This record gives sequence, C-alpha cells and structure tokens, in this order.
Amino acid sequence: MKKIKQLFAGAMLTTFGLPIAQADYALNLMEGVTKVSNDIYDLHMLILWICVFIGIAVFGTIFYSIYHHRKSKGHEAAHFHEHTTVEIIWTIIPTIILVAMAIPATKTMLELDDVQESEMSIKVTGKQWYWDYQYLDSGVHFESHLDEISEKSHRGHTIDPHTVPNYLLSVDRPLVIPINKKIRFVFTSADVIHSWWVPDLGWKKDANPGFINEAWTSVPTPGVYRGQCTELCGRDHGFMPIVVIAMNQGDYDNWVKTTLEKQNAKPDLSDQSHEQLMANGSSVYLKNCVACHQIDGKGVVGNYPALRGSAKVTGGVDPLIGFLQAGTSKMPSFAKLKDNELAAVITYIRNSPDIGNKVGDEIQPKAITPVYDDDE
Amino acid sequence: MSAVTAEHDHDDHHHDDHAHGPEKGWLRWVVTTNHKDIGTLYLVFALAMFFVGGTMAMIIRAELFEPGMQFVDPQFFNSMTTMHALVMVFGAVMPAFVGLANWMVPMMIGAPDMALPRMNNMSFWLLVAGILLLASTLFMEGGAPAGGWTLYPPLVLQTGKALPFAIFSVHLLGISSIMGAINIVATILNMRAPAMSLMKMPMFVWTWLITGFLLIAIMPVFAGAVTMLLTDKFFHTSFFDAAGGGDPVLYQHIFWFFGHPEVYVMILPTFGVASTIIPVFARKPLFGYSSMVYATAAIAFLAFIVWAHHMFTVGMPISGELYFMYATMLIAIPTGVKVFNWTATMWKGAMTFETPMLFSISFVVLFTLGGFTGLMMSIAPADFQYHDSYFIVAHFHYTLVPASIFMLMAGGYYWLPKWTGHMYNEKIGQLHFWLSAISVNILFFPQHFLGLAGMPRRIPDYAIQFSDWNMISSIGGFIFGASQLLFLYIVVDTIKGGTGEKVTDEVWEDAHKHGLEWTLPSPVPYHTFSTPPTVIPCDHD
Amino acid sequence: MNEDVAVKNKRLGRNLAIVAIAMFGFGYALVPLYDVLCEWKWIERDRPDAIKAIPETAYEIDKSREVNVEFMTTLNESTPMIFSAEMTQLKVHPGEYHTVNFYAENKTASPMVARAIPSFSPALTSTYFEKVECFCFSEQTFAPHEKKVMPMRFVLNPALPHEYKTITLSYTFFDNTQTAIKK
Repeated sequence: MKKIKQLFAGAMLTTFGLPIAQADYALNLMEGVTKVSNDIYDLHMLILWICVFIGIAVFGTIFYSIYHHRKSKGHEAAHFHEHTTVEIIWTIIPTIILVAMAIPATKTMLELDDVQESEMSIKVTGKQWYWDYQYLDSGVHFESHLDEISEKSHRGHTIDPHTVPNYLLSVDRPLVIPINKKIRFVFTSADVIHSWWVPDLGWKKDANPGFINEAWTSVPTPGVYRGQCTELCGRDHGFMPIVVIAMNQGDYDNWVKTTLEKQNAKPDLSDQSHEQLMANGSSVYLKNCVACHQIDGKGVVGNYPALRGSAKVTGGVDPLIGFLQAGTSKMPSFAKLKDNELAAVITYIRNSPDIGNKVGDEIQPKAITPVYDDDE
Repeated sequence: MSAVTAEHDHDDHHHDDHAHGPEKGWLRWVVTTNHKDIGTLYLVFALAMFFVGGTMAMIIRAELFEPGMQFVDPQFFNSMTTMHALVMVFGAVMPAFVGLANWMVPMMIGAPDMALPRMNNMSFWLLVAGILLLASTLFMEGGAPAGGWTLYPPLVLQTGKALPFAIFSVHLLGISSIMGAINIVATILNMRAPAMSLMKMPMFVWTWLITGFLLIAIMPVFAGAVTMLLTDKFFHTSFFDAAGGGDPVLYQHIFWFFGHPEVYVMILPTFGVASTIIPVFARKPLFGYSSMVYATAAIAFLAFIVWAHHMFTVGMPISGELYFMYATMLIAIPTGVKVFNWTATMWKGAMTFETPMLFSISFVVLFTLGGFTGLMMSIAPADFQYHDSYFIVAHFHYTLVPASIFMLMAGGYYWLPKWTGHMYNEKIGQLHFWLSAISVNILFFPQHFLGLAGMPRRIPDYAIQFSDWNMISSIGGFIFGASQLLFLYIVVDTIKGGTGEKVTDEVWEDAHKHGLEWTLPSPVPYHTFSTPPTVIPCDHD
Repeated sequence: MNEDVAVKNKRLGRNLAIVAIAMFGFGYALVPLYDVLCEWKWIERDRPDAIKAIPETAYEIDKSREVNVEFMTTLNESTPMIFSAEMTQLKVHPGEYHTVNFYAENKTASPMVARAIPSFSPALTSTYFEKVECFCFSEQTFAPHEKKVMPMRFVLNPALPHEYKTITLSYTFFDNTQTAIKK
C-alpha cells in the first residue's frame, strides 16, 4: 500500500507540478519506538492490506463493468435482481474477516490497557495551554511550554517558521524518562479536556478535569519523541506540544539530581539590571501571558483586555502585584510565579516597546511584597 | 410493470380545492403548504448554506495553506471549524435531504402532498430562524462558538455571549428537523397509494422512513444535552461539572448517543438516492432490494449501540473498549452488503454515463474508501493513533463530501429536468463532475497522510513537515470550492430554460419502470396524484 | 386528501411528537443510567460511592501483598490555594488502616469555599478503596489565609483483586465560592 500511495502521491505531484519545498513526505503511520506502537503499526498494516484487497476486488468489478457493460458498446442489460447464494456469501466472508481482525486487535488492546507492574509514575496535567509534569517518586515538578522561538514566530509574523527548528514541536522543558522502564502516566486536567499524544509511543489519552486516566509506556531506545495536544482545548490548542526525551538510566538519574537541585534552590532575589529584567520578563510573558494578551499587548477585542496603554498596568505597582497574585474570575492567579519572575514580567509589561508601554522604571524582586502570602 | 398514464392528472379538475395554482408573488413562498414549494425552499436554502459553510472551509484551507499564522486569529479559526461543521450538517446536508424528501416522497408513493402540510411550512421557517440565530453568533462579543461542533464541556462553557444563542439555535434546528421527520414518517406510513405496499416502495423512501425514525429518536436527546449545558452554565446544575459531582465525559456519551445516529441521518438518504439512480442508468433493476432494506435497518439499529467508538481515548474500562470495538466492526457487514449490491446492480447492465450516474459511481467508490478508513478506526488500539488526527478528518469528509454532497448533486441533476421541464447542460454538468471528483481527492486524500504522520485536527498552524500535504490539500480545496459555482450556474441556467431541449415525461430512458415520478408530466404540475395511481412500477418482484 | 387520512395523519403526528418528547426525557434519563453503567463497569469510572463514608470494619490484614497507593493533588483553574499531600506514595497491606494528611491553605484575603473531587485509577479499584474519614465528603470552607490539615483515613478492602498493584487516588480542588455565594 505504501507503494501505491507513493505512486499516487507522485502522480499527483507531477500532474500539478507543484514546487516542492521539502522532501519529507510521510505517507504511512509511523512504526514508533515501543512494542505497543509496533503492534499497533502491524494491526494498521493488516487492516490496510485487507482493505486494499477488498478494494481491488470491488473497484475492479466496478471498473470492469463500466468498461464492458456499457450501452455504447452495445451491451444488453441482464435482468437478474437477486441471488441468494451470492448474497449469503458476501455477508459471511466479511464476518469471517472481521473475526480474524478482532483477535489481534483484542490482544493489543489488552496489552495497552495493562498498566500494572509499572516502575514509576508521572502525573501529567493539561492546562490552557501547556503541560505540567510531576514525577511522583522523585518529586520533580515543572511546566512544559512551547519554546520561545516558535512562540515568537507564530505570533509575531517576523520569524519565518521554516527557519525555526522543530517549529511548534519543541518545548522549553521536555519530559525526561529513563529507557526500558515501565512508566505509568496518570492524566488529569486543570481546566478543559486535553489529550496527550506522542505518536512514537503509540497512543493518546484524554486529560479530563476532575478525573484521572492512566496509560503506560516503555521506551527501548534513547531519543527525542515529539507530539501535540489532540483534543481541542481552546484558542491555543495548536500550541501546546509535547517533547519526551528518553535516556539511559544513568543520564536520567543525573538529570533528576540536577533538576531537583535547581527546583529546590531559593530564587535569586538580588537586584538585576533593566536589561536583565526585561529579558527575563519577556520569557515569563511568552509562557504565561501571551496567549491572551498577545505579543503586542493589544489583547483580543471582546475577549482579553489590552495591556497596551492600560492604566492598571502603567499605574501603581503594588495593586498590580496584588492583582497578578490573586487573579479574578476571568484571569487566573499567578501566585505560582516566583518573586523574581513576577518582578521581571511586571517590568516587562510596563516598559516593553513590543507591548507599547513606557513607564521608565524597573521593579526589583525585593519590591514584590507578599500581598497576602504571609508565611514564607 | 406497465406505466401509469398521465390520465389521473386530468382528474384534478374535479377537485375544486386542488384546481388553483400557487399564490401570486413572494407571499407564495412564505405561506405555501405545497410539498413541491417547500421542497424547493429547503433545497435553495441548503444550497445557499452549502456556499456559506464552504466559504468557511475556504478560510480554514487558506490559513492552513502554509505554516505560520497568516490570515486569522486562532480563536476565529476555531470558530470557523465549529461553524463550518454546524452549518454544513444542520444547514446544508440535512435540509437538502429534507428538501429532496419533500419533493420526491409524495411523488414516489403516489400521494397528493405531505401528511401535515402546515407543519411542513413551519418546520422550514424554524430552520431559517435557527440558522440565522446561529450565524448571528459570529458577530457577538467573544465570537461564535469555538469549541468544535461537538460542543464539549467544559470548553464550550468558555464561549462568550454567544453560548445561550447557539444553544437556542440548536433547539430551533432540532425542533425543525423533528417536525420534518414526523411529517415524512407520517406521509410514508399513511399516504401511500393503496397499491404501494411497503416492500414496493422505492429505496429512497425506505431510507427516509428509517432516517425519520432515527431523527425523532435522537434530536431530542441532543436538545437535552445542550439544555444541560445551558443549565450548567446559568442555573448552577452540575451535570458535566466535576466540581458539583458531574462528569464532563457524561456529555460525550450523551452527545455521541445522538451524534453517531446523526451521521447516519446524513448517509442513509444518500444510500437511497444512489439506489434510485444506479438502476436507471444501468438499465437493470436494483440488485437485492430486500437485503438493501434490511441492511439499512441494521445500520440504523447498530447506530444506537456503537456511540463510544468516538471516545476510545477518553478512558474507558477494557470491557467498554472491547464491546464498542466489536459492535462498531459489525457495521461493516450491512454497509458491505450495500456496496456489493450497487456493484451487482451495475454488473451486466447497459450503462450510460450521464452526470447523475457519474456522481453515483464516484460515490460508490469514494464512499467505500471512507468506509475502509472507518473500519480501520473501529480497531480500538489502532484508533489510539488515528483518533483526533487528520486521518479522521479525511475519513468523515470522504463519507460526507463525495458521498452525501455528491449524491445530493446527483439527485439534483437527476430530478431537475422533472421539476423544471428543462434539460440541464450535460457538458457543463460533466465538467462539474470531473472537476469535483478530482479535486475532492486532492483535497482529502493527502489528509490521510497528514493524520498518519501525526498532525492533530483542529489546529490553525502546524509543524513544517506537514507543509506539503497541507498545501496540496488546500489547492484541492480551492479547486473544489470554485467548481461548485458551476453547479450553481447549472441550476440557475436549467431553471431559466437550460438547453432549450424539451424533456419527455420520463426524461431518462425507461425511467418509468423505476419510479412513479417519471409517469408524471415534465415539468411536474403544481398538484399531483390527487387520485392515487393504481399501477405501481416495481422492478424487483 | 380525504377526512380519514387527515385524522390518521394528525394522530400519527401526535404520537410521533410524544415519542420525541419522551426521547428528550430519555436524554435526561441517561444521566442516572450512566451511573448504573459505571457500576456495571461497562462505561466509565467510579463516580457515585467514592464520596461516601464507609464505617470502619476490622478486616483481616493481608500481609502477603503490598499495594502501592499514590496520592495526587490538583488545583482546578489555578485556584489561589496551596494543596498537597503529606506523601505521594504509600505502600499498604490490604485490610490495614492508614491515615494520610492533606494540607490546604487559602492564599487569598477572602473566605473561600472549595470542593475536593476524588478520582481513582484504575477506576475499578474505587470499589475497594474504603474511606472512613475524608475532606472530600463535603465542601470545605476556608477563612481568609486559613491553613488546614485534613486527614484522610482509608483501608483497602482485602477483596481487592490481586492484579492491582498500584492505585492512584487523585483529588482536585474546585473553587466553588462563586456558586456558594449565589446559592
């Protein structure tokens, strides 16, 4: 079938003489890297071939008939209009084929479903519009957003997507897993329904708010595997990719160690230069704010207010900090941001030429007074 | 087998109430209760909506022509995919089939009109009101619904001001189609000419009878589901809100309990039109009439017990996954029977290839392709890859565009000469067919590759490796879209006089052997079969 | 059309309309039916009894096996709270009672009403996960800045099938303050 499809593709391309930008023509399902994904691929090929054979038989008959049984060739119409034996045969044969297909399909389904005997669990939370990963054994916990350059490219219209490496398929912090371990994923969502799909692993699974779902994988080879959210989850559904990096146990252990060190380190609250604050602020903005308030700070009329020229943004700093931390019914709370991140993003939205504000100040991390968060 | 003469039409003059023609002026179209007028209204409205929904599709394909965001905002893109589906399903395909049923069912069963003519008028105008209300949401604060035509919560509850209006429009559309369905079922069951037994009815009538029952059973369920959305949003119920003990997945179960039969609502009458046209141009009776009837009924029954195959990845226990997989695979059997029967009808016929037949043959081939991908997706583990990717987009467009849309157009070409008394321009008709049939494949075939390569559906922008197929698909889309203007031209041209060739009563060679409508004069008089015909053409017994 | 047929049509039309109205009701009937199907383990997950207290009973402790119970906490829609479990994993013998503390804190200066919704994976294990005490049985009210330690006492029914070796219990906190005010 691959050949047929390639022929078809080739024929189509020649016919229409299209300029070919890239020579990357994936035509068939990818085999993937796991045993399950290979089994699914085999199932896919089995059904595909069955369909091809039935197709050849049916379409062959139709085209034979179109060619030979036409009036213009003087063919006289026959008058039969039923034939019990034939009708029984073409009911029974498909039934047998279906049963034959159901057997391997059931086997693979049972395999996919068998989450038990896993060696580690990772909690995956879908959020509008990024993924949140928590390793239940080690406590590693982070958010995974679309990488900055893709973000700037699709929003800013200035960077050609063709120049962006893995455009829309790379993230700032990929999910890292050890190879040859049965890893159990537990999915949930904090807002709407999302769905986690890495084709190389062979499956996707929905992340439902308030409920958990599970799935598992065991990756035999180190590598980078990419995927995307596959359940429409609102405005930026197309911009929450998944990147999984599978590495050897040793490398993985090191990664856990350094990640935990960074995670547990106190944020650097020392003063920063205006440029530093603006640079950090831009990256915090791209991860947390840009989806609604847009790259130019103009928001979306009727949906999300503009930051450009907003008195709330350019006015007093303390009310702004409080507002960001508390959130409203329309805007989520950003209490999760650390003081240095909050300081940077506030400096950014007050001073960035991209946002179109120019207050001319910088907010230092120390200036972030805990508005109601009185412990820490 | 002998043809019924046009004699009975002279009887009309004995019935004073039927002797008058249509009202004069535009009021005719507002107050009409004549099944032919209402059929025309439905068909014209559906054609208009086909172009509205098509324009939305062109916007989608334009944005997807190249990677990067070029023309629209992602939210608007989501509104477009949502509205494209809603307009095409509820504004174009379903009303078009109701229009065909209005025109043809009474003429096919020898009835003077629909069973409930005044309700018939009302159901059409409710449809217009519903669609206008739906369209008005495009201009509301927060934009039109953008959560997909499936309206899944909690996402759909994030819709702006448009939510209650969209839900109310779904109610109106639902009431309209329920009324239409009641009318058609009542017409078929009560109004047949005495000689027209159930097993003599043309397949189109059979498929509509079954579709009518499907509609009556499922539209209220959908209305219930969206009402629950409404109360969840505004009246603090929590059917689908986990915070109050509800479950968003419950919505998906209720929706697909409606949604799966709904797709058969769009495909069964398609089958009916194909079973009507193919025998005429093959000059042979329909093969396996009774097995066609039983297969249609079997498909309709299976429609109610397979819904969760739309939800394989939602997190069901293994028993549920397996049950829905097996049940779904079963659909292949009756569907296969239908395809084999059409093939056998053509076999050893004396075929000619006028436009309606060309569309019908391409329907059999391309619908079968859509059926194959459907079978592939019934395999639950494989669906873990296919689900919500472009593979499914390709699948359902193959079963809707070169199936439902093609057969609606085939029906248009087939019956237009009867309706208007004029012959359409066969040359342009064939040009329309070839352009459509080729471009529809350029449009949708590459989407299989995209889906298998990992492109999710409903995204406004994509990774670079999906560029080429998307560009090809978009080019196919533009050609397909533009080609449909030919259809518009042909319809208008035919109404105005067409080729000028005077068509005979039976239009197509020996068509009178295949259906009562061909025993009537062309163009069809305003009132027909005021006295039931006594001889029924029936080529299968 | 003659009188008889007109009467027949009206009657049939009315009957079909009744069917349609009944089907509207059926749509609503699918809601409780859903719970039934869940109980039959055909369609979905745990729903109904996961938030009910089950009185403490003395089970024979099954020392022969250990089940890994995992705890997960999620805040819906970035609710300004802190919510965590004392531990993410706990090995237990079926039949043995355990208490796990959950911490929650209202980070705002206004009172808050929140509801924790439990969910199990694998869903079918919810039947064997018996809770004597849980903060999820009712809505929780938090004073401004209030911190709470909320114990959850549970046992795994020894009837738990042997195939289940890891069970995840997830709690999602939903901020119901707005709904509570309106009520």
